[in-house]
Amino acid sequence: MRNNKWFNLGVQLAAVILALLFVTVILLLVKAPPLAAFQNIMIGSVGSWAKFSDVLISFVPLLLVTSGLLVTFAAGLWNIGIEGQITLGAIFATWMMRTLQDSTLPPALIIILTILAGMFGGAIWAALAGALKTFGGVNEIFGGLGLNFVATALNIWLIFGPWKRPGVASMSGTVPFDVKLWLPMIPDTRLSAWALGIAIVGIIVTYFLLQGTYFGLRLKAVGKNTHAAYLLGIPTWQYMMVSFALCGVFAGLAGAMQVTAVYHRLIPSISSGYGYLGLMVAMLVNYQAAWAAPVALFFAALNIGSIQLPVVLKLDSTLAGVLQGALVLFVLLADGVRQRFVKK
Amino acid sequence: MRHLTKLFSVLLLAAVLLSACGAPAATEAPAQPAATEAPAQPAATEAPAQPAEFVFGLLMVGPYNDHGWSQAHYEAGLYVEKNVPGAKMVYADKVNPADRPGTTPAQLAEDLVSKGAKLVIFNSDDMKDSATEFAKAHSDVYVIMASGDQVWKDGKAYTEMANMTNIMGKMEYGKMMAGCAAALTTQTGQIGFLGPLINDETRRLAASAYLGARYCWTNYAGKNAADLKFKVTWIGFWFNIPGVTSDPTQVADEFFNSGYDVVISGIDTTEAVTEAKKFAGEGKKVWALPYDYIGACEEGKEICLGVPFFNWGPAYVTAIKSAADGSWTSQFLWNDPDWANINNPDSSAVGFQKGAALSADAAANLDKFIGELAGGLNLWKGPLKLQDGTEYLKDGEVATDFQVWYLPKLVEGMDGASE
Repeated sequence: MRNNKWFNLGVQLAAVILALLFVTVILLLVKAPPLAAFQNIMIGSVGSWAKFSDVLISFVPLLLVTSGLLVTFAAGLWNIGIEGQITLGAIFATWMMRTLQDSTLPPALIIILTILAGMFGGAIWAALAGALKTFGGVNEIFGGLGLNFVATALNIWLIFGPWKRPGVASMSGTVPFDVKLWLPMIPDTRLSAWALGIAIVGIIVTYFLLQGTYFGLRLKAVGKNTHAAYLLGIPTWQYMMVSFALCGVFAGLAGAMQVTAVYHRLIPSISSGYGYLGLMVAMLVNYQAAWAAPVALFFAALNIGSIQLPVVLKLDSTLAGVLQGALVLFVLLADGVRQRFVKK
Repeated sequence: MRHLTKLFSVLLLAAVLLSACGAPAATEAPAQPAATEAPAQPAATEAPAQPAEFVFGLLMVGPYNDHGWSQAHYEAGLYVEKNVPGAKMVYADKVNPADRPGTTPAQLAEDLVSKGAKLVIFNSDDMKDSATEFAKAHSDVYVIMASGDQVWKDGKAYTEMANMTNIMGKMEYGKMMAGCAAALTTQTGQIGFLGPLINDETRRLAASAYLGARYCWTNYAGKNAADLKFKVTWIGFWFNIPGVTSDPTQVADEFFNSGYDVVISGIDTTEAVTEAKKFAGEGKKVWALPYDYIGACEEGKEICLGVPFFNWGPAYVTAIKSAADGSWTSQFLWNDPDWANINNPDSSAVGFQKGAALSADAAANLDKFIGELAGGLNLWKGPLKLQDGTEYLKDGEVATDFQVWYLPKLVEGMDGASE
């Protein structure tokens, strides 16, 4: 099948075109101008450096979360609890920073300890979902969902209870941290080069872990066929637990970035749905690390660009979500269709 | 791997396609904004007679058509466009990190400024820090922070910012009227209050509803205050989050199933109304009062006793006019209803829209009550104890704004948690 390559490309292209057409039809149905809508999304995301730096702010946690999910997906696990793991990462990070903010330690050290605490918090929460699966027989999807609810409840309780700001407890979150405890930002933007660097290092580490190490190979063996892997002598449950913990480290890191680089405090929706978006990115790249970064960037651009829709065209900006969902659906669908053809 | 190379090229292609789509749009696009800018066009030629354009931005925490808090603001924005010559609104809704990952209200405010906004309204407590951050970073842009207390000199969170004004309506009166309507309607003498999360604001509003209910219960219905049961159940947030908050549907059902026949809503969504409608459909005599938005009774007219609502329009008009003509001063405004006509859209900050289910008798007494309030009746007057029995106001003592705004606990006579 020499022309298979072109056939595959054609199928993928058809999927993307179908997704775009699908969104266009929706726009036409609501009597909105599709071309102007797409154009505004473009301008609003890559039209200026200021806009693109906003895209990168959204890209950082999304890429971190996707990196983590690639590890659990490699082990054949659906880590739906990722949202809770981001939240716990943010909570641990906030806790560490609250504890140290008035100390005499240098700010850089406080920030580093804060980030480490966030990674630890995410790992613990993920390990909990892993333990529920390994020792309690609770499917990680249900265990993860349950833990997401607990994490949100804990977060809101902290913001309106023990960590409430003086005066009126506020939806706005805990008292913002002092500027010296923020990750430094690139002038004239809200983007932290440190955060961006951490995210990029994160995906590179994930890539080499999965593609270039014995651990990655064995992890994929567990994911492809747990029983066979077990028979080959791979300690399967230990590998699953480690993959959960690793994913939790990434999710917690994303939470810590939200606290130290974006919001500089704990807010009620600190996880911002990045976990679920990350699941979509991971599915769209077919669980391969190599293209996680460009696709995550594309999704982040859609998020930020779509803000122009209500502002300029008075359209609902959930359109970006519709397009993201349609892309995933049509690409998965096309992949199914392609495999049928290939089998024939 | 190869599969992914293709996928990426496909995505790239898609991006190219998108930009290609963008190109022809350039010819069509101007038609779109032109429709809104059209009036400005002749203005340029007729020059001096036309008022200068003043663009203001509005950031709403929820959807602009939520039948609640955000819609009340959106309609106020339209009201400003109608009543301030040259005023033009640009807005963004669903301004919260869950709906817009990676964004902050300050960043969106800057986007509105890039669209020409010279004043930005932040409409929710969620945006408090962001509004402060934005106001400090952009001293040349006016900021209205609705429901906030940052620039209240006597408040607990005062920060001097010359370009910021806080605006809030005295919903305490609206809640008193809601409480009164409930007390004049209940047949079991039991009123439920569906509360959001517990903070100073929600405490004072729940307490206001109780004070209004108790007053009308004793003074108009002629009953004993001790026989009135008033219970607050907090769900834990402004709306239902499955698995996190108590389910407001369940809480409302619980009220109606345990003898509470009127439920006053303090949350952003309309479960109280929908559940009352369901119970009424099953033949039970129950009623509800929603919150925030003048049209909120629509969803269940047959059981709706009325709705206390915000009318942000007049205050926004005043503030935006002052920004446009340069007479702006930073203020903390906690605005009263217009007692001549609380539902006057041009002058009253809060109102009470009576519902179809309110009986003629009750309506007449409610009007008397409103008349008394207009005449100076103050229910925030001692003797008044807090729920735990400690003295809040001595006999004859009138609460200051500070005491009301930061009410530390529910007041005596109310059931439910204070913190």
